[in-house]
Amino acid sequence: MDFNDTPEEAAFRKEAIEWLEANAERLAPGKRRQSGIAGTGELMKAAKAWQAKKADSKWACITWPEEFGGRSASSMQRVIFNEEEAKFDVPPNLFGIGQGMLGPTIMAHGTPEQKDRYLEPMLRADEVWCQLFSEPSAGSDLAGLRTTAVQDGDEWVVNGQKIWTTGAQESDWGMIVTRTDPTAKKHAGITYFIVDMKSPGIEVRPIHQINDSREFNEVFFSDVRIPDKNRVGAVNDGWRGAITTLMNERASIGSGGSMGVGIKDLLKLARETEWNGRPAIEDPSVREKIADFYWKLKGLEYTGYRALTSLSKGATPGPENSIGKMVGAPLRQDLAAFAMELQGAAGATNDPGDTPFGGAFQQSWLGSPGLRLAGGTDEILHNILAERVLGLPGEIRADKGLAFQDIPTGSAR
Amino acid sequence: MNFDFSEEQKLLQQTARDYLTEHCTLEVGRAVLEGGGTHSESLWKGVAEMGWLGAAVPEEYGGAGFGRLELALIAQELGRALAPIPFGPSVYLATEAVLEFGSDEQRKKYLPRLASGDLIGTFAFAEGPGRVGADAVATKFDGSTLTGTKFPVADGGIAGLAVVVAQGASGPQLVLAELDGVKSDTITSIDPSRGQARLHFEGTAAEALGSGGAAAISHLLDRAAVLTAFEQIGGAERALDETKAFTMGRYAFGRPVASFQAMKHRMADVYAAIQLATSNAYYGAWALSTGDDELATAACGTRVAACEAYDLAGKEIIQMHGGVGFTWEYDCHLFYRRAKLLSLSLGTPGEWRDKLIDRLEA
Repeated sequence: MDFNDTPEEAAFRKEAIEWLEANAERLAPGKRRQSGIAGTGELMKAAKAWQAKKADSKWACITWPEEFGGRSASSMQRVIFNEEEAKFDVPPNLFGIGQGMLGPTIMAHGTPEQKDRYLEPMLRADEVWCQLFSEPSAGSDLAGLRTTAVQDGDEWVVNGQKIWTTGAQESDWGMIVTRTDPTAKKHAGITYFIVDMKSPGIEVRPIHQINDSREFNEVFFSDVRIPDKNRVGAVNDGWRGAITTLMNERASIGSGGSMGVGIKDLLKLARETEWNGRPAIEDPSVREKIADFYWKLKGLEYTGYRALTSLSKGATPGPENSIGKMVGAPLRQDLAAFAMELQGAAGATNDPGDTPFGGAFQQSWLGSPGLRLAGGTDEILHNILAERVLGLPGEIRADKGLAFQDIPTGSAR
Repeated sequence: MNFDFSEEQKLLQQTARDYLTEHCTLEVGRAVLEGGGTHSESLWKGVAEMGWLGAAVPEEYGGAGFGRLELALIAQELGRALAPIPFGPSVYLATEAVLEFGSDEQRKKYLPRLASGDLIGTFAFAEGPGRVGADAVATKFDGSTLTGTKFPVADGGIAGLAVVVAQGASGPQLVLAELDGVKSDTITSIDPSRGQARLHFEGTAAEALGSGGAAAISHLLDRAAVLTAFEQIGGAERALDETKAFTMGRYAFGRPVASFQAMKHRMADVYAAIQLATSNAYYGAWALSTGDDELATAACGTRVAACEAYDLAGKEIIQMHGGVGFTWEYDCHLFYRRAKLLSLSLGTPGEWRDKLIDRLEA
């Protein structure tokens, strides 16, 4: 039991540090890296430039096979590179959805022509990708999707609506799952396509979120034409590809670092905030709360170390990693809310100039409900742990054996 | 990064589990609980023969010469088996105290007997209801004798040696006292498979154990907290396993009750609590085994997480069994009792939360 690198890991880390030192500036003490999952304007330009620089030296998508421009690195090596990269003042990677989830799906189910055409520009971030899965009536029940694709010669005509599409407005390409046979059972009538986001008939409407940002979008499809050569996998067999994408989504979310303000910031806040003329940290109720945040957050951090250890022994990320989001997301919401309570009535203000930590706790509180929903709600994650880790029975499904067209869907009925 | 136990250590754990599966069914604990005895003498003897009592004791003092990581895994299995023996008080507290703070003479005198199981050790710090920090302890040590009353003392009725927290000339300190001739009353326990006693020291002959004062007391508790946590985690895991097995086989409304989402989600929450406790405990074990300064904070997180996980698993096993869970015949109450007994020993989770903030702010 130790926290040191193996000799191989140490050698890899050294190589990564040397390259980073030569190509980027280290973060100044106390400075935070900008974070984000989607971006526009200058941030996007900088992120693309950094990605291209990494690609030139084979430090982009290092876990991809060498034939597609990666270096066939292990998950552990990816973690090591990410750890070291996080110490440098470089833009965030805004391309994780393509590189982490969609690229591996094309590798697994795409044609040789698709691999040739799409993977390299994706790796270099010359082209940006989005994932068109969720619909207004098909979120957790993804296979309930209703966007249709109808074949017309060697093209498909797509109609319907997608939602929560991260970064759609900046994307060149999208991966979309569609309904192609409503008379089949729900998972058996789905087909998966690559779609040019500049196609006529696509309308992207940003969604204004409660934290004032607009990373997600509604995307409307009106008679959008997709050539058959952009189909991924066989007709009506798209669910297999969707599963590949979702598996890779779990793996990439599971490796995410810390988000925003944390326990150190909370301790500092409690030390510097006065309650009736005394530091709040001296109040027993405050001590108790912070102690609980501490061991829970440390528990999650060390659970991550255990997962890393099994990765380093060659295991693939499994469903047990769902605990990170199941526990972590509500915990961050509670931590932010408590930090605001520590500030008393002033907790209601979030003016960057007047509020501790520039209003970061308030911002975290406003963003955290989204964390609890993205990539699976609390309830879905509980089900995953109960069924796939503990082996408890699956949910009883009212739609079992029915043709899709006979299943009540959405909120209309 | 290797945040895991080694294959050899896991093999030792499996050996312990196999032995206890055979020799320590829940019936063994139930027999002590119902029979009014103090502990399972045959299991104590067996555990001694397996070398577990001296797992972390060097061979020169009659031990097996493993380390704390090995001891932690044995603790986890004893917890899983709800072993009705004075393992914790004797091994994590008395033995660890003599090992850490004893003179060579004290080590030579006591460790071989503790490791063989001939001598049962315990730790006496509480003095009745309420929280008593070391500074407020009333029991007096004048350099050669002890005076005062300690209760509850875990397994105080059967122990032959006690590590006692007492006020010495320059503040609280650890004192070593043999218990032959010391008056003790048995006190009933919420977990009658683990005994509690009141010890009356009336000018009892005693000797100082090290010269560490309050810091030594605190360090000893940190060490014991980590080892106890493994016992708690083993118990919580077993409680969840039993809950799962019962709810998979119990039908209501035409389905196994384990298939109801309300039940699945509660079991997922218990699982998550156990994982948080396990991960904290791994960190605690690493700090304990390497002697790292991190032990002071790691022990606090480990302690609170383990108490939370076992208390939750111990409550939920009864609720998820339904009415039968509240009967004497079903085993659920064995977990409910043991979980609370362990979370009230060594200082409550509330005290450890407070200590955690002290240490983070130090």
